Amino acid sequence: MVIETERVAVEQKTLTPLIRVNELEKYFPIKKGILKKTVGHVKAVDGISFDIYEGETLGIVGESGSGKSTLGRVMLKLASPTAGEIYYQSTNLTHLNRNDMRSYRQDLQMIFQDPFSSLNPKMNVYELLEESLLIQTRLPKEERRKKVASMIGKVGLRQSDLQKYPHEFSGGQRQRISIARALILEPKFVVCDESVSALDVSIQGQVLNLMKDLQDELRLTYMFISHDLSVVHHMSDRVAVMYLGQIMEIAKKEAIYDNPLHPYTKALLSSIPTGVEEGVREEVRLKGDIPSPANPPKGCPLSTRCPFAFDRCHKETPELLKKNDDQQVACHLYENE
Amino acid sequence: MNNNINPTMEYKQREQQAKSPRQLAVQRFMANKLAVTGMITLTLIILSAIFAPLLTNIDPTRADLTLIEQAPSSDHLLGTDSSGRDNFARLLYGGRISLVIGFSAMMFSLMIGVATGTIAGFYGGKIDSLIMRFADLMLALPFFVLALTIIAIVDEVTIALFVFVIAITTWPNLTRIVRGSFLTLREREFVLSAQALGATNGRIIFKHLLPNAIGPIIVNATLLMATMIILESGMSFIGMGIPQPTPTWGNMLSEAQNIRILRDHPEAWLPPGLAILLTVLSINFIGDGLRDAFDPRSSQRSK
Repeated sequence: MVIETERVAVEQKTLTPLIRVNELEKYFPIKKGILKKTVGHVKAVDGISFDIYEGETLGIVGESGSGKSTLGRVMLKLASPTAGEIYYQSTNLTHLNRNDMRSYRQDLQMIFQDPFSSLNPKMNVYELLEESLLIQTRLPKEERRKKVASMIGKVGLRQSDLQKYPHEFSGGQRQRISIARALILEPKFVVCDESVSALDVSIQGQVLNLMKDLQDELRLTYMFISHDLSVVHHMSDRVAVMYLGQIMEIAKKEAIYDNPLHPYTKALLSSIPTGVEEGVREEVRLKGDIPSPANPPKGCPLSTRCPFAFDRCHKETPELLKKNDDQQVACHLYENE
Repeated sequence: MNNNINPTMEYKQREQQAKSPRQLAVQRFMANKLAVTGMITLTLIILSAIFAPLLTNIDPTRADLTLIEQAPSSDHLLGTDSSGRDNFARLLYGGRISLVIGFSAMMFSLMIGVATGTIAGFYGGKIDSLIMRFADLMLALPFFVLALTIIAIVDEVTIALFVFVIAITTWPNLTRIVRGSFLTLREREFVLSAQALGATNGRIIFKHLLPNAIGPIIVNATLLMATMIILESGMSFIGMGIPQPTPTWGNMLSEAQNIRILRDHPEAWLPPGLAILLTVLSINFIGDGLRDAFDPRSSQRSK
C-alpha cells in the first residue's frame, strides 16, 4: 500500500517537498591570536530557503566561493549548520546527532567532486562498494555480493573490474565507481557536488547521461551543484543561482536560461562562450572580483559589482520574492513592479 | 605502430597489471638492490642469532679465568675476553639480546606512538594540544641523561626495563608521523565519503586512515629500530646497559676501553663493532627501500 501511494505521488509530482531547507546558515568563525578569539565569520551559506520535490533535479550554480559545496555538505549534515532547518520528508534533520543521523544516510547520499581523492586507494572496487552495504544494511555476504555485482553492471563497468584498485582506472571510470558506491544503497536524494568538473569534457557527457539514466531507473532526486552552466542546463529541472552564500534567483530551467531576471544570472549567462547557446541575450558584465565572504558588501551582495546598482542596493538586502510562476528573484530592480 | 596492437592482447596486459597497492610496493621493494642486500644481510644476522646453539657449543657466559685474553685458536675462533669468555659465542648470543631489545623497543614505541598519534590527529582540539605538548616535552629531555637517571635509581637492570626506557623516550617521533599523516588524510574526500555513508569513527580510523598511513609508519619504525640498537650499544659500552655477563654487542665493545685490548686484540672488538654497523646499515637500507616502495614519488624527487 505504501509503495502504491508513493508511485502516485511521483506521477503527480505532488507539492510535498522531499527536502526542505529553511533559512539555512553556515558561518565559519575566523579565529585570531593566541587565545583564538573569534574576530569574524565567513558566511559560506547565509540564509537560504528552498524546496526540492521528489523526482526532480535542482541545479545550483555560482562562482567558486559562492558557498555551493558548503550548502551541499550542510544539507547532508557533513557539517553542522549555524542556524536554520533541514527537513527530509517530514523529519527535521537539523538537530539529529551522528548516531540518529546514521539511519537517514541510506536515503541521503552524495557523489563527490574529485574521483582521484574520493576513493580509498587501499580498497579494491568490491570492497569500496561493499562498504556502503556493510555500514547501512545487515545483508548476508551472498546478498551483498549479488548487489555489488548488479550495481557494477549498472554503471557500465565489468565484473572483472571488481578486483582492481582505484589507481588502475581513468577519471571517468573512477567517477562511475563513486556513483555506484553512493547509489548501491538505493538512496532517495543525492547531492552531486561538482561531480563531473574534474573530468575531460568528452567523458563528462557519458557520466552525465549515466547519472540521468540511473535517476530514471532508481527514481532519484538530485541536487546538482556545478559552476558549469551548460552542465546544469543539461541536468536540471529547476536552477538556483548562488552568490556569496545567498540565492539570487531560483526558477525553472527554461526561465533561468531564456528569461533571466537577476543581473547576476544575466552576467553568468553572458560569460558562456557564444555558440553554445543560441539567440541574442542582453549582455551584462560585472566589475571586479567576488568579494570575500568574510566581509560581504552591505545591502545587496552584488551591489559592488552590479552595473544597475542604485542607492537602495547599497543599503538594503533584497528579499527573494516571487516574480511569476516558479520564478523567484532577489533584486530591488523587480520589487516595485 | 600502436594501431597494430591486438585489442585482446591489450586487455590481457591490463589484466596482468591488476595488482593491489601492496603487491606493487613489494615489487618496487624487490627491484631495489640496496634494500634487498640489506634484507639478506639482516636475515643472515638474525638466523645466526637464532641458531647460535647450533653454531657453537660454548656457553657465552661461562668465565674461565685461566684462559683470559686468548688469541684466536681452533677452540676459541675469536679468542677470549678479559674474563675468559668465548668471544665467538658472545658475538652470536649477543646478537639475540641486541636485536630483541631493538625490536621490542620499536614495537613498544610503535604502539604508544600510533595510539597517541591517532587520537591527536583524528580528534584534534584540546586533546591534540595536550598530547603534542607532552610529546615535545619528552623529546626535549636528553635521552642519555634520562636513561642514566632511571638506570641509576633501579637496583637491577633487566632487558624489559631497558626496552621500557628506550621506548618511552622515542615514541613521540612516531606520534608526530602518525598525527601528520592523519591530518593530511583527513582532508581527502574519501574520508568525507565514508562519513556520508554513516561510517563510525572506528571504521574511519581503522579502514580508511591507518591503512593509508601505514607506509610512513613502517618506514619510521624501521629506522627507529636502527637507532635503538645503537642506543643499546652505546649504553652498554659505557657500562650502563645490560649488566655483564649477559652478552650484548655493546658489552663486548666495552672491552675495547682497555688500551691493551684495543691495540693487541682487534679480534675481540672488531667483530661486534662490524655486527652493529652491518645490522644498522641493513636496517637503514631496508627502511629507505620501504620508503621508496610505499611512496615512489619520494625517490624521484631526490634524484
